[in-house]
Amino acid sequence: MADAEKNEKAMEPAADATPNVTEVETVEAATEDAAVAAIEAKVDRGEPILQVRNLVKHFPLTQGILIKRQIGAVKAVDGISFDLYQGETLGIVGESGCGKSTVAKLLMTLETATAGEVFYKGQDITRLSGRALRAVRRNIQMVFQDPYTSLNPRMTVGDIIGEPFEIHPEVAPKGDRRRKVQDLLDVVGLNPEYINRYPHQFSGGQRQRIGIARGLALNPEIIICDEPVSALDVSVQAQVINLMEGLQDEFNLSYIFIAHDLSIVRHISDRVGVMYLGKMAEIGSDTEIYDHPTHPYTQALLSAVPVPDPESREGRERIILTGDVPSPANPPSGCRFRTRCWKAQDKCAKEIPLLAIPERFAGTDSPAAHESACHFAEEKDVVHA
Amino acid sequence: MTITDMPADVPVPRSGEDHGSKLLDVRDLHVEFHTRDGIAKAVNGVNYSVDAGETLAVLGESGSGKSVTAQAIMGILDMPPGRIPQGEIFFRGQDMLKMSAEERRKIRGNKIAMIFQDALSSLNPVLSVGYQLGEMFRVHEGLSRKEAKTKAIELMDRVRIPAAKERVSDYPHQFSGGMRQRIMIAMAMALEPDLIIADEPTTALDVTVQAQVMELLAELQREYHMGLILITHDLGVVADVADKIAVMYAGRIVETAPVHELYKRPAHPYTRGLLDSIPRLDRKGQELYAIKGLPPNLLKIPTGCAFNPRCPKAEDICRTDVPALVPVTEQDGTELPGRGSACHFWKETLHG
Amino acid sequence: MPDLTKTPSASEEAAAIVAGTPVTSDAGPAPEKPRSLGADAWRGLRRNPLFVVSGLLILVILLVAAFPGLFTGANPDTGDQANHFLGKPNLGHVFQEDWFGYDGTGRSLYARVLYGARNSIIVGLGVTVLVTLFGGLMGMLAGYFGGFWDSLISRLTDVFFGIPFLLGSMVVLNAFTDRTVWVVMGALAFLGWTQIARVMRGAVITTKHADYVVAAKALGAGTRRILFRHILPNAIAPVIVVATISLGTYIVAESTLSYLGLGLGDGSISWGGDISDGTQFIRNFPHVLLFPAGALSITVLAFIMMGDAVREALDPKLR
Repeated sequence: MADAEKNEKAMEPAADATPNVTEVETVEAATEDAAVAAIEAKVDRGEPILQVRNLVKHFPLTQGILIKRQIGAVKAVDGISFDLYQGETLGIVGESGCGKSTVAKLLMTLETATAGEVFYKGQDITRLSGRALRAVRRNIQMVFQDPYTSLNPRMTVGDIIGEPFEIHPEVAPKGDRRRKVQDLLDVVGLNPEYINRYPHQFSGGQRQRIGIARGLALNPEIIICDEPVSALDVSVQAQVINLMEGLQDEFNLSYIFIAHDLSIVRHISDRVGVMYLGKMAEIGSDTEIYDHPTHPYTQALLSAVPVPDPESREGRERIILTGDVPSPANPPSGCRFRTRCWKAQDKCAKEIPLLAIPERFAGTDSPAAHESACHFAEEKDVVHA
Repeated sequence: MTITDMPADVPVPRSGEDHGSKLLDVRDLHVEFHTRDGIAKAVNGVNYSVDAGETLAVLGESGSGKSVTAQAIMGILDMPPGRIPQGEIFFRGQDMLKMSAEERRKIRGNKIAMIFQDALSSLNPVLSVGYQLGEMFRVHEGLSRKEAKTKAIELMDRVRIPAAKERVSDYPHQFSGGMRQRIMIAMAMALEPDLIIADEPTTALDVTVQAQVMELLAELQREYHMGLILITHDLGVVADVADKIAVMYAGRIVETAPVHELYKRPAHPYTRGLLDSIPRLDRKGQELYAIKGLPPNLLKIPTGCAFNPRCPKAEDICRTDVPALVPVTEQDGTELPGRGSACHFWKETLHG
Repeated sequence: MPDLTKTPSASEEAAAIVAGTPVTSDAGPAPEKPRSLGADAWRGLRRNPLFVVSGLLILVILLVAAFPGLFTGANPDTGDQANHFLGKPNLGHVFQEDWFGYDGTGRSLYARVLYGARNSIIVGLGVTVLVTLFGGLMGMLAGYFGGFWDSLISRLTDVFFGIPFLLGSMVVLNAFTDRTVWVVMGALAFLGWTQIARVMRGAVITTKHADYVVAAKALGAGTRRILFRHILPNAIAPVIVVATISLGTYIVAESTLSYLGLGLGDGSISWGGDISDGTQFIRNFPHVLLFPAGALSITVLAFIMMGDAVREALDPKLR
């Protein structure tokens, strides 16, 4: 009885958080061939290419040495939904532990989702296998955070960038590969003659370029970037950001750009989603989020970012949050941000706020009319104040 | 050309040459490391000073020598492979490099304290936080175990760790990142030092926590009227808390300036490039300016100005002559107190 | 100012980086030639006197083990008890039959030390190869697949770890009447694989979480490619070190077993057996004991020194 109640409670958030995002046009693929064909189809610019619906990832916490018993779960991602449109950059920001890296792993099918769907051109990739999954993997690539650990130190640059061709031999015939690798090196701004060197012979920024070249090798449609510049020096960050922007235009890529640096995310993104404790707090265009935030967490986050302008240091209003992010193994009831929120009321502890356009702004053409998961959403410009 | 004729180690003009008046005065400091591949020149003639109650931000990228300078001041450089071939570090008028190991140990922690980036690895995981905080009092002031514990609780209260009394016996891993950094600050504050060196104190923290910790640090500094050297690569953090800034590149200071002046009108192409290359939170920019090339290899620092291969203004003289850090002035010759630039073309950069 | 506000496009500034301007050559210690980590380790090794000395020693020992006949004409198996019974060593007669003196049956000790190397080396190398292959495989399976396989293999290694190595092999060898080199090798390997398995498991677990392994998975790489192309080359270093050092200990183990009469069967020449023979003359004719014992010590020392040198070259933390 008690168990059943608990189960029900555990199910609640996902069920509750049904977002008001557009229905996904799923493509029923009866055969593997049909699925592959759907995956290989072209999507027009501005059309949704990746649609995430109620995605959930719980990591079980177990106890016991031989017989493992589940005693709880870390709710890393707890029911998030968003769309990625062809040719755009969607930024995802949040602090450590908010689940943004887990989202990246789920989209890459490196982790198995606990619940929810990820539709790539109408195909739910969480359910694919075999040839269809390989086709998806070819089309969704990743750039990693740490250029020092993401390249195998025992392989030459040529082997690293050429590995995608070995795994997906249909993309490039064998004799062609070396030339392709050299082309890729050229594209990311490295000397093609470096093909036989090893990663440790390069600096951080150059290694990140190698990582990007590997990501480009299979000519993907989506690149998921998990903190791609946070390990780099300031003067090198700009080079890599510019390179990524240039490549997006050249190869018609869609990016999901995950980062904790809000300034860089604003610079590169067309739309931005703000995550807190496994949930999406607010999502909208870069202007909507940065200049017209309506969720208190977004406002606090933005106001905490140090601005490289000493003139603003006296006048600027700072929202200093108290306390730390609660543990994702035991998140607060209702709104997850309520324990640190200055607006929190009883309602926030009882009801989970939906990610939706707040009623008071609905129907208006105000830039505040974007999706925000707060019972008391109101606009507050903290960046220019 | 007259500029380059000046000796390379002329310090920025400051209020008199008497080191006694300064809390800390670093003079022409050089540090090198002997590695398998050769000698890495990490610091090549650094001059800076801090007064009580003042915040100096040392800004630089990895390999600029900003942390090595701090380690040399603290006396915690690994020697060997490190070596200080040249330079003086005056603390209250006394050259610490000439002191005995015992004298330096007494200054360390007592008069000068340091806060590190990684609080978790700076705290001993097998000792309780209260014990580690109390250790300072037991070692330096000879307090009993019980007295030390009381002091530890007081300290934890002062850095606003909630429920200090209950948490004093907890171990470092039981605290969150922000709380651990508070404990590090409490430890540094324990003996009310005159100078605190904070090496990237908030880099590992989330923005919302970063703001809390920086505020705490600034508040404590005001309260105790301490000198603070803030070492960072974050131009945002610097703008928020610094009084004056020293920008380092390849082991040298390339520009010094009061905080407001530096952001408004940089006098060195490197500083200008850095400022232009960071995206802004408050507006959507076009393509970012990117400083071309890569930070220099310390084993093979370019001749002349170390920045010359990456500099848009570089000319022949930059490849041959090392520019000295010279005072910069307004176009009409009016002095700009505290400002200096190590660029042959500072006039063009500042006024151009 | 205009030149500063001008933002070079990605490809332009990239070109600036490539163009072979000083910018690139200043980038980190990037020499002109490709330098693999293996080549780096080799460079470090060659400069290490520990490696040079132990390497030369091991080379000589291997040569002796392979071709003992090259170094002496004397027969190690037949002695002349009448003329040479416990004959004293003649240190001036370098490389001659009586260099190290004679044993209790009048056999040349010099010849016996040379021929004894063969069995020691065969057993040492053989056990190391077997243990590295089997232990390495077990460790890799446990480390990479985790879960059930890890529990199973880890418990198994725990059980074997609980058996004292020497005592265990004595019990096993006692069951055999015809103790050939292969039997001894098998017995030692049977009990010795756990150490390598544990080292390998630990190294694989560390490596499998590395970003480059995740990157390979994201590309859709299969298990075999991930294991043999990404994990193994990066996890093998500590295994090589442990294997080199244990080679010496397996040689000691073989000698100890032979000393106790449980090693190689009658007729096989072994340093352990000779040491055992020598103990009865220790008071008046210590040379009978000292020469085989010395040979054993030097061999073991050489492998341990080699292991240390390899560790130094492969361990990035010591660089």
